[in-house]
Amino acid sequence: MSVIEIKNLSFSYHKQKILENINLTVNEKDFLAIIGPNGGGKSTLLKLILGINSVKNGSIHTFGEVPKKNLSKIGYVPQNTNVNTDFPIKVIEVVLMGHIGTKQPLFGYAKEETMCAMGALTEVGMEEFAHVKIGELSGGQRQRVMIARALCAHPQILILDEPTSSIDLDGQKRIYELLKELNNYITIIVVSHDISVIMQYANTVVHINKKLTYHDMSGEHEKRPNECKHFCEVELFNKFREERSC
Amino acid sequence: MLEALSFPFIQNALIAGLLVSMASGIIGSLIVVNRMVFLAGGIAHTAYGGIGIAVFLGLPIFLGASLFAVAAALIISLITLKHRERMDTFIGLMWAIGMAVGVVLIDLTPGYNADFMSYLFGSILAVSQSDLYFMAGLLAIIIFIMTFWYRDILAVSYDSEYANLRGINVKFFYTLILVLSALTVVVAIKVVGLILVIALLSIPVYIAEKLSNTLYMMMILSALFSSIFTFIGLWVSYEYDIASGASIILISAASLFLFLGFNRFMLKS
Repeated sequence: MSVIEIKNLSFSYHKQKILENINLTVNEKDFLAIIGPNGGGKSTLLKLILGINSVKNGSIHTFGEVPKKNLSKIGYVPQNTNVNTDFPIKVIEVVLMGHIGTKQPLFGYAKEETMCAMGALTEVGMEEFAHVKIGELSGGQRQRVMIARALCAHPQILILDEPTSSIDLDGQKRIYELLKELNNYITIIVVSHDISVIMQYANTVVHINKKLTYHDMSGEHEKRPNECKHFCEVELFNKFREERSC
Repeated sequence: MLEALSFPFIQNALIAGLLVSMASGIIGSLIVVNRMVFLAGGIAHTAYGGIGIAVFLGLPIFLGASLFAVAAALIISLITLKHRERMDTFIGLMWAIGMAVGVVLIDLTPGYNADFMSYLFGSILAVSQSDLYFMAGLLAIIIFIMTFWYRDILAVSYDSEYANLRGINVKFFYTLILVLSALTVVVAIKVVGLILVIALLSIPVYIAEKLSNTLYMMMILSALFSSIFTFIGLWVSYEYDIASGASIILISAASLFLFLGFNRFMLKS
């Protein structure tokens, strides 16, 4: 079943074409990686899917409707989680932000909301940090809290914008292992430069540089050359840029 | 000091100090976590234009200053939501134009120049009964809004992009924070004057930020510190016959340095 359908999508900003004739179908429980150069339109595509920017040419449908109708079914983890680290806010409060404004009590947080948020923290292995100030966590821990915040609303799709850009190698691996686990029941879309990690986890890779090139990764993991156990990143990027070569 | 407490103007000053400290503790926390300190300074100086207009037209000063400051807040909100990158330029512009309008209009008002300094440096000893009602009303509104919209304001302040995705009206709450800041600045002008208002809105808040891990704790502590500094400042000003606004700020600043020094010492040992 497809959860996102993008047809003939083009998008311009200040008369500059950013996306051109994009066609993409994301199926349930896909693990989709979006790669491409800076300024290639990756973030713009995410903003369109999330309904932050509105579609003018072409169409995007999430769960068969316009993106704005299904915001609650999509969890989002923004790119830079290292901003505002001085802010006096506890981990649990950050996670509670993930709830949508429908069944809020008159003031404060409802008991179910707090329990749900604790559940999301447990899912990402951060429950013991619930009452710690967010600024005291490491980059990787903070990223997991942001994933918990996105999970709080029980999304069916989780979108992450460069989730590992400022995290050490060990932390990156744990994030991707977590995503793999979550992928058992939700669709994952990741924007990343991190090609070697993507190779191990994604089942579909799209390269976006104004236009979109699609790559099915099933079977690709086994084809890795044995002697060095991983692809050279430059070679890989070049490979992805070619139209349907693999 | 005790006999001073029997004077009505001292009592008014103390009540005003308490009310304004609580308002500035709450709103100052929002200003600091939203990185709007310069913006609040801009509104304070722009408000001087409103004081000038009120004096010129013979209107109540608080009313003129409030209306003008709220208008400034709305304009700043409109500009910053559209051209965030040019924000500092626009704030600088409004800062200067507001002051200039105020100076010119007060010059043009026949026989009125005595109170000029009191708006720059505060006149807490000249607080009237109606000023107190205004301050109490504002504080009540602030507490009401913070109680019922705390989580929205927290979300907008911490991560406005995400708040927007969760269906919170970011523009509305951003504007609301600015308007409340403008009104708080106006009442704080009465206590410490428009030049020193930034210090009242940021020094106690800065200390509180270091000691809290939630926004509401920061607000409560800021209000507490602000009240303490205001009372000590008033006492020093009475005892040594010096300007109250400046002594409140110097007491705050001295406490800040003590706190920072102590903090450092504690971290080392």
